[in-house]
Amino acid sequence: MNIIQQFEAEQIAKLSANRPVPAFAAGDTLRVSVKVVEGERSRVQAFEGVCIARSNKGLNSNFTVRKISYGEGVERVFPLYAPTIADITVVRRGDVRRAKLYYLRGRSGKSARIAEKARVIVPVTGTPATE
Amino acid sequence: MRTGLLAMKLGMTRIFKDDGSHVPVTVLHVDNVEVVASRTLEKDGYTAVQLGWGKAKVKNVSKPNKGHYAAAKVEPKSRLGEFRVAADALLEPGAGVSAAHFVVGQEVDVCGTSKGKGFAGGMKRWNYSGLEASHGVSISHRSLGSTGNRQDPGKTFKNKKMAGHLGVERVTTQNLEVAAVDAEKGLLMIKGAVPGAKGSYVRVTDAIKRTRPADAPYPAALAG
Repeated sequence: MNIIQQFEAEQIAKLSANRPVPAFAAGDTLRVSVKVVEGERSRVQAFEGVCIARSNKGLNSNFTVRKISYGEGVERVFPLYAPTIADITVVRRGDVRRAKLYYLRGRSGKSARIAEKARVIVPVTGTPATE
Repeated sequence: MRTGLLAMKLGMTRIFKDDGSHVPVTVLHVDNVEVVASRTLEKDGYTAVQLGWGKAKVKNVSKPNKGHYAAAKVEPKSRLGEFRVAADALLEPGAGVSAAHFVVGQEVDVCGTSKGKGFAGGMKRWNYSGLEASHGVSISHRSLGSTGNRQDPGKTFKNKKMAGHLGVERVTTQNLEVAAVDAEKGLLMIKGAVPGAKGSYVRVTDAIKRTRPADAPYPAALAG
């Protein structure tokens, strides 16, 4: 392991100690709690939608969440280890055959649904769901 | 004026801060940097320190160089570099300089050898805009355009910016912020990009256009 990989591994360990990253993949429905700073006070805002892409590159990993907000498609890209994310919760496991679900962008309504994974999933490790 | 540091560019990464922001940084390795020689006013007519970086295999060091290292009682170095210093900032040969020489938040100038681009055209080398994509332009979309006038002066002037070799030259990037320092591991993290390829050597000095911060060690942060 070279010095940069070592440094990144240390940072990942430090950042995921505060907020463990659950196991999820494209197709899963996620609720991402984002810390929002408004003036002096900060609050937590949830962004819930389908994870349509996940890029695994160590510290620089990120994932894209897509949701339909007031009839308009909205996508947000989050760095996986960003300290601005208070929590990531997996709401639903989707059954998909592709790693990147960009085809959802061209679809709406019934054809944009994703079937739930049939097999029983063990409870998500890390932070418990906040329902 | 205090000495700078020799360092090796290791590559880039990012630092996540507690407030949620993240900083892109270049990681520089300050490995076993020691003073190999010093230039004094009486002997050389100017004051400077010669620093050595890293460690060279003894079998690859020439006999005269072995004598040079032996005079300072240091291990052979893989890289040498000289830094002009003020007379009161001279360092004794054999003294080690640590990465804590620079403090977080300080601005530095980083000097390296840029990546080689080979024989490059005018668009890449001089930021020419080239010719149009259509409107009758044929074959020469990336050409220079005109290089001069007509029968008078009847020649292309010297130093006309044309295609040619690009890169592999000394480049200094000024006023880069020091984002983090890890003296134990000898790491210096500089915000933003630094000239040169990974594994190339760079010279890091106090920014010439900024005043040195008061908490920066003077004449140098000596390694224990």
